[in-house]
Amino acid sequence: MVPQPFRLVRTWRETRETFTLEIEPADRVQDLTFAPGQFNMLYVFGKGEVPISISGNPAKPRTYVHTTRMVGAVTKGMGQLGPGDFIGVRGPFGRPWPLKEATGHDVVLVAGGIGLAPLRPALYYILARRSEYGRVVLLYGARTPDDLLYQRELQRWRARFDLDVYVTVDRVTGDWRGHLGVVTLLIPRAPFDPARTAAFICGPEVMMRFTVQELLQKGVPPAKIFVSLERNMKCGMGICGRCQLGPFLVCRDGPVFSFEQIAPLFGKSEV
Amino acid sequence: MAVQTPLIIDAGHFPALLDALARRGYRLVGPAVEDGVIGYTELTGADALPVGWTDEQDAGFYRLKKRADGSFFGYNTGPHTWKRFLYPAVVRLWQARRSGRGWEVAGEEDAGRYALIGVRSCDLHALAVLDRVFLQGVQAEPVYASRRGFAFILAVNCTRAGGTCFCASTGTGPRVTHGFDLALTEVLADDRHYFVAEIGSHVGAEVINEVAPRAASDEETAEAARLVAAAAREMGRTLDTAGFREFLYANYEHPHWERVAARCLACGNCTMVCPTCFCTTVEDLTSLGGEVAERWRRWDSCFTLDFSYIHGGSLRISGRARYRQWLVHKLATLQDQFGVPGCVGCGRCITWCPVGIDLTQEVAALRAACRAV
Repeated sequence: MVPQPFRLVRTWRETRETFTLEIEPADRVQDLTFAPGQFNMLYVFGKGEVPISISGNPAKPRTYVHTTRMVGAVTKGMGQLGPGDFIGVRGPFGRPWPLKEATGHDVVLVAGGIGLAPLRPALYYILARRSEYGRVVLLYGARTPDDLLYQRELQRWRARFDLDVYVTVDRVTGDWRGHLGVVTLLIPRAPFDPARTAAFICGPEVMMRFTVQELLQKGVPPAKIFVSLERNMKCGMGICGRCQLGPFLVCRDGPVFSFEQIAPLFGKSEV
Repeated sequence: MAVQTPLIIDAGHFPALLDALARRGYRLVGPAVEDGVIGYTELTGADALPVGWTDEQDAGFYRLKKRADGSFFGYNTGPHTWKRFLYPAVVRLWQARRSGRGWEVAGEEDAGRYALIGVRSCDLHALAVLDRVFLQGVQAEPVYASRRGFAFILAVNCTRAGGTCFCASTGTGPRVTHGFDLALTEVLADDRHYFVAEIGSHVGAEVINEVAPRAASDEETAEAARLVAAAAREMGRTLDTAGFREFLYANYEHPHWERVAARCLACGNCTMVCPTCFCTTVEDLTSLGGEVAERWRRWDSCFTLDFSYIHGGSLRISGRARYRQWLVHKLATLQDQFGVPGCVGCGRCITWCPVGIDLTQEVAALRAACRAV
């Protein structure tokens, strides 16, 4: 229940509004384990705690990597920290992307904006055991070209022969010559076999709703479509009651849910 | 624990029972008259109990009244619950002091060793719900775990139904069946005043043996059972929960919710007096100079606007949505989340609602409205 002290190793700006931190345990000896899709509760001294998904490589056990937007007092405080400063960590919490169960399937990752951050560990995991999966497709959309995360990595991923990467923006700025339009427009043409696909989606809830509709229309079964949800969280461990979504606690039964689990609630207002 | 024959403690020896608990280092907490209600507070002994008092309760109504006799437990539940001691309303979780570029944390030591005096069956079932939430979750909650582990439970079987009680229909009373150290039924009959006592644990046996009880006769045991059965029959309300989960899930958007919400003030009283409500918030505070930081936990309520705040706005803004969240959680989704239903039939939410919303009536009305569609 008490945050563990971690030291900030590196921090860098990703986009205008987002930044990434890499943190190591203060005692440096601990090996860290997490599953892609899980999150930590990160604490800034005196400011507060926020839930942030882990966006690093699960095969690299020495540090946690987190990408976040600067939206409130805590994340703004986090954005002002430098190497050597401390952050408190509780976690990892939550149900991860069902990557083991998805072996033998085609995998479609659909990310909107900062939603790529909780999906990146899943992609690392898949690429580390590439032969266990069929076709792997990443569909990524952001508001403008300047809001695209991990651009160098995106280009490296695109250069691979065993990965299909499509990137789009809602609005063109500068000299962008890539796709234009919301990320759901990429789904009809994406090369995967709906009958044998697991889809992992993360982004604003409205984007996830439309993405789910497109995937269902293409024939992906509801039980094989997974979304990552967010709710108000103060404890991260199922006792403060704030993250309830009907019969689920998002911190404990999620943040990853299959669409089949939450279909009756998804899209009902104010549930 | 093997079933033992019930014992008798005369009313005159009852104070010695509480003294025996105090001698063992327990802090006695239980009912006492204060601020015009019977609340739960620290007790010095048996004479601090509401001797000779009773309560009159109805939807949005609570009054104390003097009884004609000197009973110790002749009333029902008030606005307090045992959460007050086992999961306090305001608690400091830890304190951190800056050290170099980091900080050092001092955890909290908790010396809470309580003897809960006069626990009713509904409240005992409520503790079982809180046990699921706090002890059997992702991690055990340390404050509740420690206090609950040390607590001595002196339960009391109700011999009268409170004005808003409905534990008989939720299957949570009035008779306590398990989870206690001692259970007493108070009997006042024919100039006699005594307690029929059941032992529920080794500690309970040790404590009661310090006041030299004697075995109960069949008539005494039967009289106690008769009183408790009468309390069950007296209850003026029932909660029909058969198939309620499926029913609620199918009717999330029924217009009837609007009708309830029109009366609900979202004041949150129900969540404050409910023995199974467990939602909290957390506050991080610093000293003026920024050297010391503390994290505090406070009770919170799903009726507050910022309970569901995320990304610049709240998910549940309308009163309708917030009332629905509370009712559906209490009667349905809590069972999916933790494996037990959340309502124990104590009736506190009915008594303490300023506009007298009665959830037993709302459930019945919702069923009728949905059938009518």
